[in-house]
Formats: sequence, structure tokens, C-alpha cells
Amino acid sequence: MVIGTIVDGIVIDHIPAGRGMELYRYLKLDKLDCEVALIKNAPSGKRGKKDILKINELIDLNFDLLGYIDPHITVNIIRDGKRVEKRHPELPEEIHGVIKCRNPRCITSIEQEIEHIFKLTDREKRIYRCVYCDTRAK
Amino acid sequence: MRSLIDIADLSVEEIDGLIATAEDIIADPDKYAEKCKRKKLATLFYEPSTRTRLSFESAMIELGGSVIGFSEAQSSSAAKGESVADTARVISCFADIIAMRHPMEGAPLVAAMNASIPVINAGDGGHNHPTQTLTDLLTIKREKGRLDHMTVGCCGDLKFGRTVHSLLGAMSRYEDVDFVLISPEELRVPEHVRTDILKAGNVKYRETESLLEAMPQLDILYMTRVQRERFISEADYVRLKDTYILTPDKLRDAKPDLAILHPLPRVNEISVAIDRDPRACYFKQVLNGKYIRMALIMKLLEVE
Repeated sequence: MVIGTIVDGIVIDHIPAGRGMELYRYLKLDKLDCEVALIKNAPSGKRGKKDILKINELIDLNFDLLGYIDPHITVNIIRDGKRVEKRHPELPEEIHGVIKCRNPRCITSIEQEIEHIFKLTDREKRIYRCVYCDTRAK
Repeated sequence: MRSLIDIADLSVEEIDGLIATAEDIIADPDKYAEKCKRKKLATLFYEPSTRTRLSFESAMIELGGSVIGFSEAQSSSAAKGESVADTARVISCFADIIAMRHPMEGAPLVAAMNASIPVINAGDGGHNHPTQTLTDLLTIKREKGRLDHMTVGCCGDLKFGRTVHSLLGAMSRYEDVDFVLISPEELRVPEHVRTDILKAGNVKYRETESLLEAMPQLDILYMTRVQRERFISEADYVRLKDTYILTPDKLRDAKPDLAILHPLPRVNEISVAIDRDPRACYFKQVLNGKYIRMALIMKLLEVE
């Protein structure tokens, strides 16, 4: 399989296998006009399999969101066909306006304008809970 | 400006301070009769809870303040579709402090994030009810003279009972408090309480289905109601419902200084015959609720 080389853009590597599409949706990559490639189940030395996202444009990324998905994700910034920067997201203390609370008894389920906010309650197990109702993020 | 949304918002020192103030109010209520003169409490009750609302209102009146508000969503602007955030902003123009009851979890937090005055969570669905927990703590302190070094039995619906979850969280911060969790298998404490409160706090606890077996060790017995609607199987409900009804014969092996608490309303889980027992503290609890709310209102309004 051949994926075109990126000249100026971003490669999001080491996405946990199976979560690439979720990240694609969260980052709203469907709204971009540039080339975007999602590679599923690529071989990975550490984990066996991984997903990769290649974006042929330098866009602003929500690193909190990447950290929430997995802090082991690698973000490679490509300029003129060369990697100029490699960054790892950190596990964010809070994540705003991305994941939704699914608790039907939560106030966010009836008042649409409230920003969904989740806070990190267990760093070791990477558990996030809704600040309003304490429901665990799925 | 501070609000009280979750009992965990208060440190142990702050809880102890509120209890000390409440005990001082009980000892000398006249001293506090004008502490909140010209201040207004808004009771925003989106669902009826007569007991909690009247407790807040009595508390404010006894502090010399006055009360405005509504007691059900139908008589509020919520019926016209106003958001909790907007209501909180509007009420901030009229009152000095808000007590909010809402059927949806997190609504008082939304109010606190948008109000310019303190907000007290007076119960948000099955989620938090911090003034009930403060009431329970004041009652235990007054009955036992301490909040540490004791065995607390929680009995009944431990799965859905928010008052039990909050009490476990609050009491587990005191030294040498052991818990006996008495419930049917189906109504044991949920996993998040087990991991976030009991295991995270390294709390000593054990679980049993037998109230009789647990009784002799208990210093506090916190009763809750086993509700029919919580059971999937009617047969299970019928099998279990009478197991957790407290009757005088079940107190046979109880300590003479046991304190029996219940957040009320009671249906049938405590026999009325127990009401005459000096160990029954659930009506004293109601009175304590008013005093601790007085202490809380003063604290949040920064009235000395």
C-alpha cells in the first residue's frame, strides 16, 4: 500500500489500534480539504499493531484530546518533507467540549449549551469523570 | 465567593468548624438571631422536597434573614425554558445566597459556575446532597462526642443511596472509622464507591447480608430504605424486603449507646416502636439539619 509523502503536514503515530477513526472524528479531519490518510493496524514494534493518521497540512491540534486518547501517541511535524519536531501529548487534567457525557440524568443531557467537561480522577488508570455528574467517560 | 456542591469540597477542618458553629448556635441561638439581617436566601427547588426546603428557610429566618424562591419547576421560569445558568444569573441580582434542588445531576454546579453569589446544592437527583451529610455528621458528633474511632453500620440500599455514599466519603477522612456495609447482594455499594472511596482511602470495611450479625459491633446504625423499584425481580424484593426492617427484637444485641440514624422520609424500614427507644436519633437529625444549615449559610456569606 502506497500513501503519498507529506511535504508540510502532520503524522500522528502510535495511535492505539482501532482508535484512529475515533481520533479522526474528534479532530474533525473530515472537514479538511487536504489529503488525509488513516492507516489501521499498521505493524508496531512495541504494541503489535497501531493506527496512524497522516494529514497533508499543518493544522492546530488539540493536544489535550490526543493525550486523553493515549499519551503515548507521537505527533511528527513535517516541513519540506522532513520531520522537524516530534511531540508527545500529556494526560490532560481536564478535557473540554470533546467527549460527551452519556448519563441521561446529567444536566448536560437537557441543556445543550453547557460545555461538556471531564476531569482526570485516576491518573494511573486514566479515568475521567464528568464534572457535573461524576459519570465515567467511556 | 464559595459554593458547596459536593461534601468533598470541604476539608475536614472546615467540616469541624461548621459543626463547632452549629453546636454554638444550639447552645446560644439568640447570639445568631440577627447574623443575616437584610440578607436573602433564594430557595430554587425544581422538584418538591418540603423537608429540605423548610429546613433551609427556617435556618435563614432564625439567622434574621429572609427567603424568596419557588418550590417546583412549574412555578418557575424553567417552565418557560430558561436555562439553569440564566436563572442563576438572574437570581444573583435579587438574593445573597442560593439553595438549589434539581432532579438533574450537576445542575447546582452549573448554577455555581454562573451565579455571582454562593450556591448550596440542596440535592441534585441521585448524585450529591452535601447538607444531608453535614446533618449526619453533626448528629453523630452530638450523639457520640466524636467523629473518629468508631464502627459505622450502613444498612439497606447501598447501591443507589447517595446519602450513604457521601457519608462513607466524609467519615472515611476521620481516624479509625470502620464500616460494616449491610445489604442484599443486589444492593451493595457500586464499584466507583468501592474504588474511589473505600480502596483509595484505604478504608477498613466489610460487607454482610445480616443486620443481626453486624449489630453488636455498631456504634452508629445508618438505615436506608430498600425500594421496590430497585429490584429487577419481584421475587427478590419480596424475599429481601423484611430483612432490613429494624424492629425492637433486632436491637437485642445492640450496644446501649448505639445511635440510629435515617435520612428520612421513612416508610417501613424502621418500626415505629423504635421511635420511643432513646437510641433513635432520626428526628433529632432533622433538627440538627437546621442548625448545620445555619452554620453553612453564615460561612458562605462570610458572616462572623
